[in-house]
Amino acid sequence: MTVALEIRNLHVNVEDKPILKGVNLTVRQGETHALMGPNGSGKSTLAYSLMGHPNYEVTGGQILLDGVDLLELEADARSHLGLFLAFQYPVAIPGVSLANFLRHAVNAHRKAVDPDDGGMPIPEFRKMLKAKMDLLEMDHSFAGRYLNDGFSGGEKKRAEILQLATLEPKIAVLDETDSGLDIDALRIVSEGVNALAGPDLGVLVITHYQRILNYVKPEYVHVMFDGQIAESGGPELALRLEEQGYDWLREKNGSS
Amino acid sequence: MKEVTFPISRDDVVGLSERLDEPKWLREKRLEAWELAESLPMPTTKDEPWRRTDLRRVDWTQANHLVNPNGSVSIGQVPTELYRPLIGDRQGGLLVFVDGKLVYTECSEELDAKGVVFTDLSTAWRDHRELVEQTFMTQAVKPDEGKFAALHAALWTHGVFLYVPAGVEVEQPLHSVEYTTGDDLTSTHILAVLENGASATYLHESVSPDRREQAVHMGATELLVGDEANLHYVGLQNWNESTVNISHQRGRVERGGQLDWVSGEMGTRFSKVFQTLDLDGDDSSGRISGLYFTHGRQHLDIDTQQNHRALRTTSDLLYKGVLKEKSHTVWQGMILVEPGAQRTDGFQANRNLMLDSGARADSIPGLEIEADDVRCTHAATAGRIDDTELFYLQSRGIPCDVATKLIVDGFFDPVMQRIPYEGVRERLAMSIDEKLER
Repeated sequence: MTVALEIRNLHVNVEDKPILKGVNLTVRQGETHALMGPNGSGKSTLAYSLMGHPNYEVTGGQILLDGVDLLELEADARSHLGLFLAFQYPVAIPGVSLANFLRHAVNAHRKAVDPDDGGMPIPEFRKMLKAKMDLLEMDHSFAGRYLNDGFSGGEKKRAEILQLATLEPKIAVLDETDSGLDIDALRIVSEGVNALAGPDLGVLVITHYQRILNYVKPEYVHVMFDGQIAESGGPELALRLEEQGYDWLREKNGSS
Repeated sequence: MKEVTFPISRDDVVGLSERLDEPKWLREKRLEAWELAESLPMPTTKDEPWRRTDLRRVDWTQANHLVNPNGSVSIGQVPTELYRPLIGDRQGGLLVFVDGKLVYTECSEELDAKGVVFTDLSTAWRDHRELVEQTFMTQAVKPDEGKFAALHAALWTHGVFLYVPAGVEVEQPLHSVEYTTGDDLTSTHILAVLENGASATYLHESVSPDRREQAVHMGATELLVGDEANLHYVGLQNWNESTVNISHQRGRVERGGQLDWVSGEMGTRFSKVFQTLDLDGDDSSGRISGLYFTHGRQHLDIDTQQNHRALRTTSDLLYKGVLKEKSHTVWQGMILVEPGAQRTDGFQANRNLMLDSGARADSIPGLEIEADDVRCTHAATAGRIDDTELFYLQSRGIPCDVATKLIVDGFFDPVMQRIPYEGVRERLAMSIDEKLER
């Protein structure tokens, strides 16, 4: 059975101000979607709301994953169900190594399935992590560094992709994953995403620029405007945005 | 406002001395200190070191009974886990006290042969009078430092004396444990003396099982490090939450000597610690690494002082604390560079992580520099646990409590890395976990 992330008429306020005004979008396992849109259109708000950030107040609508209502669940439970968010600005946790953090994450996922699970044996975990790092062409010493602490922009993004690879979610939301990436890092991250893509992973790439879409090929492109999906189409929509910018969309939606 | 009166009398001092079967001259010393204590005023919140720690919050009427260091107690009362080696696999010596009474003593023959003394203080007064007389409260903590130092000199109930002769290296770590089961007033004295060129590693831990009745502890720790000597000292404090603790601790380091001092402060309801490092000799150095974790309504006040009094001395202090619930901590630090103490390198940092909005950390660094060729830096921070960090970890499936633990462990990591003993780190990690799970 293919699992779907269904966003139905989602309304979200941030500090009492409506930001999302009825978003409808469905992402299925195996599909790659791009969500584009100008700054301030609500793309990141959608990403955080999907993951359950406490500062984003859902005032209406539904988010379903595999038919389960996510709105009642904390972020950790959403993760257990197979949702993943690659952060636009990954958070540094000083004193906690990437490997230690990932081991806790993996074990939390196992425990969610089986409360009696004693955790993945450390040798098995190390082997798994090394394999994932090899897949993403990452130096093994990376795992010993403190999570995102002093990481370059590119390193932070790689760490996000490594987390994605390790947790094997059903649906991954990549929030402006191309920000702060040089071309080489962009290539590696994109290749990482592509390496992980397959029938079991649905991807929603949220981006301001068309640039990452040269590497990650979406089948569906959506444009967000003023808190709603204003336009949906195929890859040609991304090209049009690249060439013409967002002005035509502003005119079409009657906004200044 | 009610005044603080200390309910112990001169007769109690005499009684204690009699119970310990002390010679007259030792009793006279106690009484001399008692006279001094009587003449010194009880500190009030008008005194700078006590501004944030109000002695009126303690019910002193309950502190009217001194522990009987001759009670019928045994090592069987002490959880075995407390006296297993925390440093390395084997220890050169072990002393265990229960309610002020020495219940177990062990010192390897090898150390005896080298002239090392590791024994309880009463025995040391009897068998090594000259050594103790020269060092007991004469060089490090002095009775006239304040009311409680003088009271301690009069009322010390038990303690440890470690003496390492010149040039002797004590390879196997030494360990002492004090376990207090009652609600009596106890007063522990730790005295470690390393002669020139000596080296040793010594750990002292104080623990009391949970109980509701208030117990008062008035401690003193003296660490004397001779020329080119090297002392590693670990003090772990895990008194129960009914305990009131007032403690004077001072290390003095002579020319080229090194003191590496680790402090773990986890317990007590109300605690005031004076911790002083005197770098007396040229090229001496001292490092202080401290951890605390408070919860409930614990009040912990640590007053540190790094005194640079000679040429090319180095001090490095790091205290990291986590606060839960409505606990309150105070760290007040001072680096003092005396005139002529050129080429001083002094560092102090205190960092606090507050897990709850009701917790309060006062962090007050200070520098007083009277030499011109010095490098002194300090840092003090107090911050709430970051919601963004928690959300990030939770978004990876890590439940909130585990995420908090990861952040706390990460916070303590820099100070843990300064502690080269796995057993000590494990003990501290266990205390941290217990605190988190409360």
